[in-house]
Amino acid sequence: MNSDKVLKSVLFTASLLILLISGGMVYSLFRGSMLSFHHFGWNFLISSHWDPTQGKEQYGALPFIAGTIFTSVLALIMAIPMAFSTSLFVAEYFHKTRLASVVNTLVDLLAGIPSIIYGLWGFYILRPFIVEIGLNPQGYGIFTSSLILAIMIIPYATSLSNTTIMMVPNELKEAAYSLGATRLEVIWNVILPNARSGIMASYILAFGRALGETMAVTMLIGNANIIPTSLFSTGNTMASVIANQFGEAGGLQLSALIEIGLLLFLITTIVNAIGKFIIKKIV
Amino acid sequence: MDLIYNNIKINAAGTLPDQSAKRKTKDHLFLTLVIFFSAITISLVLLIIGTLVMKGYHQINWAFFTQIAPDTFQAMMAKISGKVIPGGIANGITGSVYLVFLSSVIAIPFGLLIGIFLYENGNKRYAGFIRDITDVLQGIPSIVIGIIIYLWVVVHITHSYSILAGSVSLAIMMLPLIIRSTEESLKMVPDTLKEAAIALGTPYYKVILRVLIPTSFSGLITGILLAISRVLGETAPLMLTTLGNPVINWDVTKPVSAVPLLVWQFYNDPNMVDLIWSSTLFLMGFVLLLNLTSKWIASKQQN
Repeated sequence: MNSDKVLKSVLFTASLLILLISGGMVYSLFRGSMLSFHHFGWNFLISSHWDPTQGKEQYGALPFIAGTIFTSVLALIMAIPMAFSTSLFVAEYFHKTRLASVVNTLVDLLAGIPSIIYGLWGFYILRPFIVEIGLNPQGYGIFTSSLILAIMIIPYATSLSNTTIMMVPNELKEAAYSLGATRLEVIWNVILPNARSGIMASYILAFGRALGETMAVTMLIGNANIIPTSLFSTGNTMASVIANQFGEAGGLQLSALIEIGLLLFLITTIVNAIGKFIIKKIV
Repeated sequence: MDLIYNNIKINAAGTLPDQSAKRKTKDHLFLTLVIFFSAITISLVLLIIGTLVMKGYHQINWAFFTQIAPDTFQAMMAKISGKVIPGGIANGITGSVYLVFLSSVIAIPFGLLIGIFLYENGNKRYAGFIRDITDVLQGIPSIVIGIIIYLWVVVHITHSYSILAGSVSLAIMMLPLIIRSTEESLKMVPDTLKEAAIALGTPYYKVILRVLIPTSFSGLITGILLAISRVLGETAPLMLTTLGNPVINWDVTKPVSAVPLLVWQFYNDPNMVDLIWSSTLFLMGFVLLLNLTSKWIASKQQN
């Protein structure tokens, strides 16, 4: 009896670690941003001046918030046709065939490749290609980063979609077929309405991934502290500005970067929470 | 008399001449689109892996694993005289191994314990809360974890960029992955096994050690390997916590290099470009190998 009590308290104590880490994180991020918050207040969110020059330091996060949302939304839009097709390929058209499992494994590999490798590939292969076809003279910018982000989030967008598409009961599909429906009509009128929320959730979670991606974007976005004005303009995301400037920052600039980290933390947490909430409703 | 069903008009004779052909064409067109976009996705995967293999394999030799990275000057001299850049990535490999080892030592025991806790307390409110927080932790961007560990360990404990800081940041990234995979694989153990052990009067810690863990062993290993493969390629948090080091270092309170950090360094130094592809190939090969091994174990377990 005694050993059971010890075990229970050991397990319970270990679980406290999660609370300690997450509570500590939120506390440290808030504390680290205090200096910046005292200086700029809520203006930090709507100001687009980012100037680390000594003596006239001025920080505003708007260019980075805009850059993050711009690249992530664009990435999601570009990823959806590929992710949706691959899901249908794996979970419906070629379900349970060897081809489907090969395709599925390959797409899953995309999730395993480290971010910095995507960055390098984007820099040395994709960027020259974009220059060559004349889309953009320097090849850097919002479009290039979004394209790489789109490739990176495909596996996150497909894995849960696959599961929910496979979960649609066969009876429903067969009923539709027996009424003479074509495959497309079954997908459109039976599978999609049934799997809709799972597919939505997986795209939201993929979007959450895109928001926080650092290395690949840092290497491709062109690192300009401006609000991006077009598809091919350069910019910076919240994650990339931290990666670029954290090492040399001190004082007010450091605090401003921590505040950006706090904002990024809050945004990704909210997006992920929405995704998880939808998943919980399905299960 | 004409019947109208779902906008499809069926005439009195029961034939559907035009509509049927149209629907079939649409169906074929959609299948073509699905195959087309899936083909793009697959070719992207193959293209990325193929590029790295083609560009990277010739720099990989014995020295690549045994020598430390050259400095800019050495690389520049070799480049001018048209020779292969000397040196390798030994300082990165040792650093990566050290970081991953230390972060595993921190993350695995806690990950298993918390995973077991969640499994034991299934539907209780507090366990659900811990589960949600774990999910939040998993979603935090790695760069934010870098900031936090910089504030905790670099500033307050080691007072400099250090192996310890890097390991803690990687451990925090591994923790949620291990917790959730532990819980999931324990759930797959049949209750009857557990009940049989309890019925024999076995103390519960022994049930865990002798029944639950051995039965779900391959699942646990899969989760751990997957977590390791995730953090092995992480660059962003290491930039803020261990910084990098031109020589091999074993002191936990001092900075250390890692393979992804070296890739980043080579990328930023025009003289080192030739070393980029080999180190990238090495990194990707290692990560994907771990990744595939873990999936292979998982699929064997299912059969």
